[in-house]
Amino acid sequence: MNDLADLYQELIIDHSNRPRNFKSIDDASHAEGYNPLCGDRVTVYLLMDGDVVADAGFQGDGCAISKASASLMTESIKGKTRAEVETLFAEFHDLATGTGDPHPGRLGKLAAFSGLPEFPTRVKCGTLAWHTLRAALKHEAGVISTE
Amino acid sequence: MSVEQKPVFDLDVSAVRQDFPALHQQVHGKPLVYLDNAATTQKPAVVIDAVDRFYRIDCSNVHRGVHDLSERATRAYEEARTSVKRFINARTEREIVFVRGTTEAINLVANSYGRSHLKAGDEILISALEHHSNIVPWQLLSDQIGSRLVVAPINDAAELVLEEFERRLGPKTALVAVAHVSNALGTVMPVQEIVRMAHARNVPVLIDGAQAVSHFRVDVRELGCDFYAFSGHKVFGPTGIGVLYGREDLLDRMPPYQGGGDMIRSVTFEKTTYNELPYKFEAGTPHVAGAIGLGAALDYLARLGIDRVTAHERDLLAYGTALLESIPGLRLIGTAREKSGILSFVLDGIHPHDVGTVLDRQGIAVRTGHHCAQPAMARFNVPATTRASMAVYNVKSELTALADGIRQVQEWFKL
Repeated sequence: MNDLADLYQELIIDHSNRPRNFKSIDDASHAEGYNPLCGDRVTVYLLMDGDVVADAGFQGDGCAISKASASLMTESIKGKTRAEVETLFAEFHDLATGTGDPHPGRLGKLAAFSGLPEFPTRVKCGTLAWHTLRAALKHEAGVISTE
Repeated sequence: MSVEQKPVFDLDVSAVRQDFPALHQQVHGKPLVYLDNAATTQKPAVVIDAVDRFYRIDCSNVHRGVHDLSERATRAYEEARTSVKRFINARTEREIVFVRGTTEAINLVANSYGRSHLKAGDEILISALEHHSNIVPWQLLSDQIGSRLVVAPINDAAELVLEEFERRLGPKTALVAVAHVSNALGTVMPVQEIVRMAHARNVPVLIDGAQAVSHFRVDVRELGCDFYAFSGHKVFGPTGIGVLYGREDLLDRMPPYQGGGDMIRSVTFEKTTYNELPYKFEAGTPHVAGAIGLGAALDYLARLGIDRVTAHERDLLAYGTALLESIPGLRLIGTAREKSGILSFVLDGIHPHDVGTVLDRQGIAVRTGHHCAQPAMARFNVPATTRASMAVYNVKSELTALADGIRQVQEWFKL
């Protein structure tokens, strides 16, 4: 069951059991993600200071992959500019879907999701928070889904 | 439902397993443990062969050609209808309408019976345990004609509260629509009582039997229900075929559901005369191969002996329930006294999708999610469950594998 160990890496289990930045942020831009088939729900809060992410948080309910993904995402985007967040989104997306030419080195802790492409039905769990983040960044209304 | 009858011979389950080719395979290097039967069942070789024979040898359209192939196809299609009639003990083949599945059967009743017999202000009474396919068609109908959906509650064991059900049967109730067995939680509903209460007030009853027909004897005349719907693929038949049983006098009074070929007697631009039952409700070329496969599946199940199947599954359910109840941190959702072979559960701190993924890697196929019964999930305050659902070919060692698998899941996600 080595591929299971690749999927549920210690860091992912840790972040799913003890999610970081699991909070709402007053006056922050936020967006909602919902995968109706799974029932995974996430609200991403984004507090900008000019062009820079001053604070990020999330709330919601879902599987270990979706919770850990949201938790690690909020950690990794703090202090980054919009452009840097967009680049990170693209690189994470490549890693999670096994497409393009991901650079795990540049992804830091997010590289823990490198096992995802082996589990095609779970890719949507790992990417929900990220697509929701993007909507928050662009102040998009409506509910985001990756199903 | 004669579930208490003690069959004369026990079922030879290892022989039954040999009848199902798909059971004998490895998944992720482990022997397949198929416990997703409430989603769909595997198919015995006799069903696969019947469908294969139709396409290889008898392939033709039905009720049209004068040539030999068409006659053969028509005969096989109508024999399948007779098998269905016999299996559920309907009075006549005219009461057996072939449809795509349970969902289409319910939509047929909602559109045809609903729009012609219900009016604004009327109430459709369902239970809190229904599958979305026995909720949404009634909501669509209600949007169109101004009727209203009324829901009878369930208790903490996921049993229908009969007094509450009866209290909601009022002068405005125009139709009762309930599941025979809850697909999400396994409760066997007291349909006999429901029919008695509804008929005492002249209210017709539709029963969604999707999760019943493969597990115990269904006798529509004994039940006295007005409509009974089920899907072929959940009773070892092909996908895309299902049955609506309707009492003949009701079907007679109902307008066609869809228009087209086969459902007419004569057509002019001024007036069309509809065909007799059941063809009035079978517009267009039907799923001939599917119907033939379903007939073969029901004949197969009848040969096994449905009461023996019930007895075997009762044993399995009792065994599996005890096994799962002994796992710390596991909570069974749905603990009705009358249950069919479904074990729906949640694990403390572990999401069902993670449970499903880890079990899959051990070759164990279960369903995770809301099982198209979101209101039932909401009643128990869970967004989703893991559901292991059994069929005639499952054995105790598979349930032991499930319990071992669950312990491994807990090991993975140890806090």
